Amino acid sequence: MVQQPQEIRRHTIAILVDNEVGVLARVIGLFSGRGYNIESLTVAEVDPREQLSRITIVTSGTLMVIEQIKAQLRRLVPVHKVSDLTIEGPSVSRELALVKVAGSGEKRVESLRIADIFRARAVDSTNESFVFEIVGSTDKLDAFIHLMEPLGLVDVSRTGVAAIARGPQSI
Amino acid sequence: MGQETMTGAELVLKALVDQGVEVIFGYPGGAVLPLYDELFKQNSLRHILVRHEQAAVHAAEGYARSTGKVGVVLVTSGPGATNAVTGLLDALCDSVPIVCLSGQVPTHLIGNDAFQEADTTGITRPCTKHNYLVKDVNQTARILHEAFYVARTGRPGPVVVDLPKDILVGRGEYVGPGKVKHKSYRPQVKGDLKAIEAAVAMMAEAKRPVFYIGGGVVNSGPAASQLLTQFVHMTGFPCTQTLMGLGGFPGSDPLSLGMLGMHGTYEANLAMHGCDLMVCVGARFDDRVTGRLNAFSPQSRKIHIDIDPSSINKNVAVELSIVGDVGHVLEDMIKVWKSRQIRASEADLKEWWASINRWRSKDCLRYQQSGKLIKPQHAIERLYQLTRDRDTYITTEVGQHQMWAAQFYKFETPCRWMPSGGLGTMGYGLPAALGVQVAHPASLVIDIAGEASIQMNIQEMATLAQYRLPVKVFILNNQYMGMVRQWQELLHGARYSESRSTALPDFVKLAEAFGAVGLKAETVDDLDDVIHKMIDCDRAVIVDCHVDPKENCFPMIPSGAAHNEMLLGPKDEATGGGAISEDGMVLV
Ligand SMILES: Cc1ncc(C[n+]2csc(CCOP(=O)(O)OP(=O)(O)O)c2C)c(N)n1
Ligand SMILES: [Mg+2]
Repeated sequence: MVQQPQEIRRHTIAILVDNEVGVLARVIGLFSGRGYNIESLTVAEVDPREQLSRITIVTSGTLMVIEQIKAQLRRLVPVHKVSDLTIEGPSVSRELALVKVAGSGEKRVESLRIADIFRARAVDSTNESFVFEIVGSTDKLDAFIHLMEPLGLVDVSRTGVAAIARGPQSI
Repeated sequence: MGQETMTGAELVLKALVDQGVEVIFGYPGGAVLPLYDELFKQNSLRHILVRHEQAAVHAAEGYARSTGKVGVVLVTSGPGATNAVTGLLDALCDSVPIVCLSGQVPTHLIGNDAFQEADTTGITRPCTKHNYLVKDVNQTARILHEAFYVARTGRPGPVVVDLPKDILVGRGEYVGPGKVKHKSYRPQVKGDLKAIEAAVAMMAEAKRPVFYIGGGVVNSGPAASQLLTQFVHMTGFPCTQTLMGLGGFPGSDPLSLGMLGMHGTYEANLAMHGCDLMVCVGARFDDRVTGRLNAFSPQSRKIHIDIDPSSINKNVAVELSIVGDVGHVLEDMIKVWKSRQIRASEADLKEWWASINRWRSKDCLRYQQSGKLIKPQHAIERLYQLTRDRDTYITTEVGQHQMWAAQFYKFETPCRWMPSGGLGTMGYGLPAALGVQVAHPASLVIDIAGEASIQMNIQEMATLAQYRLPVKVFILNNQYMGMVRQWQELLHGARYSESRSTALPDFVKLAEAFGAVGLKAETVDDLDDVIHKMIDCDRAVIVDCHVDPKENCFPMIPSGAAHNEMLLGPKDEATGGGAISEDGMVLV
């Protein structure tokens, strides 16, 4: 679906940068300084030989704002490549969450049952708690966490979105 | 391998020399003493000792803008670096190529709140095009060459290189400039030919076209201005300039509409409002230019040529964009225009020019010089008439005097007019003029100033004295922060809160105290004589030119108003009170 001029939509942007001091501060400073919002941000080195890191940012805005964000990102000197995965063909995106649920009795059993439905794995368990690991889309994680709330949700740690284009091409 | 090593300080100076640097504007301190020691031992680099680090950057800006070279600054850590910040942002806003070397505490103390430590790369990150902290002495030369490359290419801007003291005294190997290539930074210079052809086709169809040109034309170099002038003449289209674009097209050319925007001419703003095709060359649809965005040039298709892709579709959506250096793009446009033998419709253009000439006949810059009291516009006109045929460079401070200078001083060539545009930094003009004079020792360099602005970097008079730089400071003394007073009059019920310049120094004595010449013009009869004396003086001069304190700068598009809602003069003010909207009040 084509984004209408005034419509605000969520975009996932992949950025390949030199893995050097301050590069993340530059990217984040650009967003805060110009009033763009960051819904999710992940960063890690992806090419140790070339010392490149990949930043994935989920942000939302009108088409003009999104284009402006990309142009501003490209202007940063250590940025190699900026790719808008939302509009440049199909892509997959995944997020991982560790979700801690504490409780006993019925609630404990129920949390295990829901985890099973969501294909979440228990990676730690004590007599009164589980830590589930769940991988999937942001929406799926949101739904899972929501369901865990009444069952004794105590802690959530999410990685933020990692995303990549489908098909044989590199960024 | 086997190459001789040098100290970091030696590496820095060798890199500067290999980059063709001749002059550094700086101020010493503990963290940069190794560099000053090296400077002491050599003769190829000239160091100009300013009196405040902000002035070092503005001086380097004046140097860079009047020569097309990169301006170089050297400051110490902590307060030295923070003092430079305003200058850096000024250079960023006006796209001026600067390399600023800052001292830093030794690497092992960084983060320890050491004496005169500042997070310089952190503080300057949003005020620079790029910055570096050197952490390995062997990278020093490479980083410096890269810094020059980044500062000078694409859309130029300031680059900071932060140099910890242990790096300056450590030893490392040198690499020459030829060997350095940045991994990712590659500005696009040539425009897309398809887009250029499409642009020419749009121009051929236009009935009411206008060229809207900005600082990009000036920054692209003198050839770009010549190409633009040639192209405008080929098309017969009118051409208006932004504050930064003045001189990019000859100001006295019949096709010039003068400056546009908040204090632009009636004809320029109405042409922008009524055009059906806008060809924007190296300008950026700044809020001073567009006025209220949703009423900006409602009927036009727009072509935008710019080297910075982020300037395109930022404030105003355009139909066609061409990313590239305006000089290169104009060259291709001219070729296409010629090869297609395009000629704009004469009848349409004639009709368009008839409208424009009607607007022109309003004579929107008209003012009345009557009585003895000098009108500021008259002072600038006389200054223009008496200096136009000389080898003259003009800088300004910020305020009404700056706008009157833009309106009444006409520039035929680029790089002669150097105001602080994007940031509007009071205190910029004197140090900038200082830098221009260093680059052009025999030229006439004038800072058109206000009595308030000039006090912000007045200490640079001492630098003028030390290096015998004959800069002329021409103060339009209206005893007010005039531009503030004007806004208070128009927007805040004439409550002149804190905008009066009281306890002014005696500028003539002040000049003398700094070893310069002080002159005063109190009535209109003094004016020409004082200007002549100023020009003929081979030393620095301050002219205290007393002007009408009540005069306002017109035309004016109040903030939040559209181009066709312009105030033409004091009479409009009385009747057109409704022109300033509530929305406009929040704008600056
Ligand atoms: C550093 C700085 N502080 C404040 C301002 C806001 N400002 C803009 S114009 C102006 C008044 C300038 O007065 P003066 O230099 O006398 O010029 P005039 O307008 O009277 O010609 C002020 C305070 C500014 N532009 N820069
Ligand atoms: Mg004043």
